[in-house]
Amino acid sequence: MRKLLFESLIRPPLTERPPQVSNAAVDELGRALDGMARRKLGRSLSIRAVDAGSCNGCELEMHALNNAFYDIERFGFRFVASPRHADVLMVTGPVTKNMREALKRTYEATPNPKWVVALGDCAKDGGCFAGSYAVVGGVSDVVPVDLHIPGCPPPPIEILKGLIALLDGANGKAGKDGAVQG
Amino acid sequence: MPALADIIAADRQVEHHAPWPRAVVAPKAWNLAVEQLAAGRWSLLGLWGEPDKVHMALLDEAQTIGVISMDCRGGRYPSVGQHHSPALRLERAAADLFGLAPQGLPDSRRWLDHGQWGVSHPLAARPGGPAVASSYRFLTAEGEGLHQIPVGPVHAGIIEPGHFRFTAGGETVVRLEERLGYVHKGIEGLMQGASIDRAAKLAGRTSGDSTVAYSLAFARAVEAALGIAPPPRAIWLRALMAELERLANHLGDIGAICNDAAFAIMHAHCGVLRERVLRAADAAFGHRLMRDRILPGGTAGDLNEAGADAIRSLVAEIRRRFPHLVELYDNTASLQDRTVATGRLKGELARQYAAGGYVGRASGRDFDARRVPGYAPYDELAFDVPVLQEGDVNARVWIRVREVEQSLSLVEQILGRLPAGPTLVEVAALEGAREGMALVEGFRGDILVWLRIGEDGLIERCHLRDPSWFQWPLLEAAIEGNIVADFPLCNKSFNCSYSGHDL
Repeated sequence: MRKLLFESLIRPPLTERPPQVSNAAVDELGRALDGMARRKLGRSLSIRAVDAGSCNGCELEMHALNNAFYDIERFGFRFVASPRHADVLMVTGPVTKNMREALKRTYEATPNPKWVVALGDCAKDGGCFAGSYAVVGGVSDVVPVDLHIPGCPPPPIEILKGLIALLDGANGKAGKDGAVQG
Repeated sequence: MPALADIIAADRQVEHHAPWPRAVVAPKAWNLAVEQLAAGRWSLLGLWGEPDKVHMALLDEAQTIGVISMDCRGGRYPSVGQHHSPALRLERAAADLFGLAPQGLPDSRRWLDHGQWGVSHPLAARPGGPAVASSYRFLTAEGEGLHQIPVGPVHAGIIEPGHFRFTAGGETVVRLEERLGYVHKGIEGLMQGASIDRAAKLAGRTSGDSTVAYSLAFARAVEAALGIAPPPRAIWLRALMAELERLANHLGDIGAICNDAAFAIMHAHCGVLRERVLRAADAAFGHRLMRDRILPGGTAGDLNEAGADAIRSLVAEIRRRFPHLVELYDNTASLQDRTVATGRLKGELARQYAAGGYVGRASGRDFDARRVPGYAPYDELAFDVPVLQEGDVNARVWIRVREVEQSLSLVEQILGRLPAGPTLVEVAALEGAREGMALVEGFRGDILVWLRIGEDGLIERCHLRDPSWFQWPLLEAAIEGNIVADFPLCNKSFNCSYSGHDL
């Protein structure tokens, strides 16, 4: 173990440079967020992942955010174990009828101010599962959604872009060009 | 002792069912097969319904595969689960979806249907009115000082939803009962009447971590049904993708299991290797999880030289780094203290449930669909199937470690011998209904796909059986007598799919 730890000291870091955020994502957020929340949040966000029916592909990419390449905690994002600790619910999947109640209750258990990020194509409108007897539809059919990150599944870098946009939007820090600051 | 082939030959054999035979049998032959299962001579590969029909895929002692079916008027047929418990949840699911009524089924609680669909028996010829939502009767455990811990469906980590009901005496788990079905999306319902293209997309979204394996199983079943031979290059590319998927998942799991034993450095290093696999997959095939890259008839796109190079340098990188991690795992006493003798699954149970993948192979069940029934190109490749007897978390880690090594070698062999040529042939419907079936080894175990394609070229019925169906119940057995705090460790070492199971 000592050798591995020592090597980590002398090897260059794997971590990627922070991604650029698109204007569209920031605009979407600017509308969704109010000034009150911006002052309260500070530069950190606690995220609670809720799988409301996904195939688990989105979960894999969410996990990847924690690896050394993306190292999500450097931006102040943290995945937390309870909705009661969360600022953001990151919801995946078409919402199944069997998960509708659990998603509602998780939302209600999250303290204000709170945001909902719908992750992946299915979370938008049910994706290829729309129309099934067992599926409600997209996340916004059950709880209000502030940001949607598309993809099947969205690669980690896209999730990161979306989250940074959310944070900068929440802090009123988004520059005119939409680039990430600091 | 009867052979499966004799039972099938003695009854009404179905035309156009490939590559293994299917027969519609009378209750007597059905019961004879159930006897073989109960006696532990045969293995259950799957059980699924259709309106007023039930099917059972079997593997006998001679490693022969076949399907027997029963026409069941009013949905009634003799329950398999009453004599062979691995069939229990499959029968409960078929009852929920098709309104089948297995006679003598000891557990009549609904399984996938939580009373939320607004319809009952949605896939039956005549679906019923909404099922009344009622509270689920969990099994009881009685004793002084026992308490219950309900967990889920929303869990603490980034994981899929399911409910676990623990009954514990102090810290020790006396009984665990799972309640699943939360992510039931009705995939088999959506498949009915779908075009082959759309159904292939759905199959590839049954369990995201196994998207390659599912696409491959679905494609092979379609090709079997329609008598299509995909081009040689496509066959080899598919195997390449399947081994990359196995690598990514095993590397992720090895790290995650150690992480659940609070040993984060393994998690960090394995996470880096997993990410490298996904990036190589993206460079080679244009998608990190290689989703929708396998199609009935071949593959979407081809592998170019740059892609092959990305995979070659990936293999070199893992070969350089991975042995140090294995050594670290092996030499860390505090980590071994958590994994050795924890969550032990007995060999008898693994065999009874025909548990696939690392769950079965860590408990002495020597089965790998790449070898039996086997499929191309694995018959031309050299690989070992590691088997251990201990059945604990540690054994399930070691099976994965050995399989990483085997997959690296397979990737090298495939790259070295990749034939040239086209990668896709056209898929055309044939006259009359055609049925096909495939058994493919995903990272988690054998995935079964059975389907019938109608004359119009649309899917009439498709059943996808995840390996988790036969692994979830075993987790309940493996956790017994362990402390509650070791559940995440045991659960991760099984790493069953919720979505693959719930469909």
